[in-house]
Amino acid sequence: MENNHAKQSKGSSFFADLTRNQLFIPMAALLLLLVFNLIMDPGFFKITLGYNSAGHPVLSGFLITILDYGSELAILAIGMTLVTAATGGQDISVGAAIAISGSVLLRMLCGTNTRPETLVMPVLLAFVITCVVAMLFGAFNGTLVAVFGIQPMIATLILYTAGRSIAAWVNNNELPIISEPSFAYYGGFIPGCPIPTPFFIAVLCVAVIALVLKFTTLRLYTQAVGINEYSAKLNGLNPVFIKILSFVILGLCVAVVGLIKVSRFSSINYSVIAKDIEMDAILAVALGGNALSGGKFNMTASIIGAYVIQCLTTTLYKFDVQADALPAYKAVVVIALVVLSAPIVREKLAALMPKSGSREVAK
Amino acid sequence: MSKKFKNMSDTNLLLTITIVVFFVMYIGAMIFLGSGFLKPQTFFNILNAQAALIILSCGMSLVMITGGIDISVGGVTALISMCCAVYLDQKGGNVFMAVVIALLIGLAFGLVQGFLVAYLDIQPFIVSLAGMFFARGMTTIVNSNPFNVENEAFVALKGTRIIIPGLGSVNKIGKYVDAYIEIGVIVALLVVLVMFILLKWTKLGRAFYAVGGNSQSALMLGINVKRTRFLSHLLCSLLAGVGGFVYFLHVGSGSPSHASGAEMNAIASSIIGGTMLTGGVGNIIGTFFGVLSLSTIQNIVSSAGLDEPWWIGITIAAMLCLFLIIQSVIMAIRKKSVA
Repeated sequence: MENNHAKQSKGSSFFADLTRNQLFIPMAALLLLLVFNLIMDPGFFKITLGYNSAGHPVLSGFLITILDYGSELAILAIGMTLVTAATGGQDISVGAAIAISGSVLLRMLCGTNTRPETLVMPVLLAFVITCVVAMLFGAFNGTLVAVFGIQPMIATLILYTAGRSIAAWVNNNELPIISEPSFAYYGGFIPGCPIPTPFFIAVLCVAVIALVLKFTTLRLYTQAVGINEYSAKLNGLNPVFIKILSFVILGLCVAVVGLIKVSRFSSINYSVIAKDIEMDAILAVALGGNALSGGKFNMTASIIGAYVIQCLTTTLYKFDVQADALPAYKAVVVIALVVLSAPIVREKLAALMPKSGSREVAK
Repeated sequence: MSKKFKNMSDTNLLLTITIVVFFVMYIGAMIFLGSGFLKPQTFFNILNAQAALIILSCGMSLVMITGGIDISVGGVTALISMCCAVYLDQKGGNVFMAVVIALLIGLAFGLVQGFLVAYLDIQPFIVSLAGMFFARGMTTIVNSNPFNVENEAFVALKGTRIIIPGLGSVNKIGKYVDAYIEIGVIVALLVVLVMFILLKWTKLGRAFYAVGGNSQSALMLGINVKRTRFLSHLLCSLLAGVGGFVYFLHVGSGSPSHASGAEMNAIASSIIGGTMLTGGVGNIIGTFFGVLSLSTIQNIVSSAGLDEPWWIGITIAAMLCLFLIIQSVIMAIRKKSVA
């Protein structure tokens, strides 16, 4: 019904309606999921305070799980939104890149010993090195896209194919395990704080990107390049730099998620870590109502979209759906969402009341 | 020479590069690695193993020429293998009906995806992403454990070998072994031939190129753009149905992890074969050689002693990277020389 209003009101309030509309989709989806859970089993909303194996207070419950794992996705969605907006394509190598970052991080922390008693270097230093490596891989993707003009999906296909192999290569196909308990804080809980740490990391990332978007020209330039690269160039922007920059920022996001992922298990499994996460990240952007063909973007909508996707995943898990069967249900939801938000369907819905023979006209 | 270079169409130029690279690679392998590559059977084994991928890649090229993409083909292949396996092994069905099931699954995916892409104007990447998710998930729902098919008629069909006279070789214990190919290879070659004719000499085939090159101009030429897009996705999924059965015929089992990454290999083969994702440029013969190049390089890497598991992934990625850059550089040079 919201759509009908947006359709009818034209003129100056049109753009205001549009932005409201964009937040409307993920919010409605979230509400739908929550109401569905409320009806099926109110236990979904139960949060209990318990103690983990180390004796620290931790919150647990489905909502906490969404907060915990959705945060990884939200961090990725930040970078993915920028890449989508600037290049009109998506990076499908983030899962593989997370494997590489995780592997590099472990290599830095453990050195050549796979079962170290103490860490070789401080976590912060290792993390900075990981960030640099991840950003270099981002720059590699960005260079292929911006300098050589290869479509982003295809350019990142290269890293997608090689990423997990490179990750295994970095650690010589061994699986280092870190026994240092403080390393587990990043993906788990800080002693004394019952809220999962990834949420705080996500809040930090969101705050940083919000400040950057507010006080720099990043948003304007990215959208300008995404909408029309040629005219952006005529206006004195450097599309090549903007595109590479968006991939480098995504690389940074990847490094952060890599830290969280590795910290969760204090180890790594090259072929399983962050599997299919690229799909979830792209879905988060799409669910946020951002055009996958680039141009204008709404960061808030993407971040909410990420939590909605995680909410969906958790809901499905709750109904004892096998992990491998999960995608089938997700696919149905995704198709329903994109069909409902397709412009043609919206127009049809709007024109449903007066039964006029509105003909399909190819654009 | 340079005039000829300029007069060549983009499609033919990229095709020439692909074929030259393949032959250079294969002959290089014969000279430097010797033994294995000198036997014709090595080449036939590549064909036997990659027959399904050839069919999938043909469909992929078709969609890419029309300016779309379909990443659901790997999932569809896995779903078909599992459905046919369950049907043949646990329901005691016959092989003919299994083929029908395979085609129907492909057709169903094609109809839905084609409709969503062409008539609802949803991005093909998102649609086929959902298609892939759905197919992979359904495979697990149908049956979550891998198992081998022991249906007699099927096993007989799977074991059928077509002997190629005169190309056999003498094995280590001095016995003469005939060179052979499997039935899937015949199907794959037929598909390549049919698709080549379709793209080259039919009205529909030219429409695919026109829509991929510039859908606006295609519309002005009176081509039904939506229907053409729809048909390209329909054909691709239908070929995924054929490829799925050929894959099943080769492996003879059902497993949720079957054909993992097949969609990426199909895209890579199409690109190496000179198909451009922007649409309008591509050739089925190139795709065929793309698949062969991709598997030849894998063979070369493992025969050269680099048998740690990560080398294959890294080499394929490097090769893909190389081809993409070659394509982009050539296109840039040509654009400059035209202007």
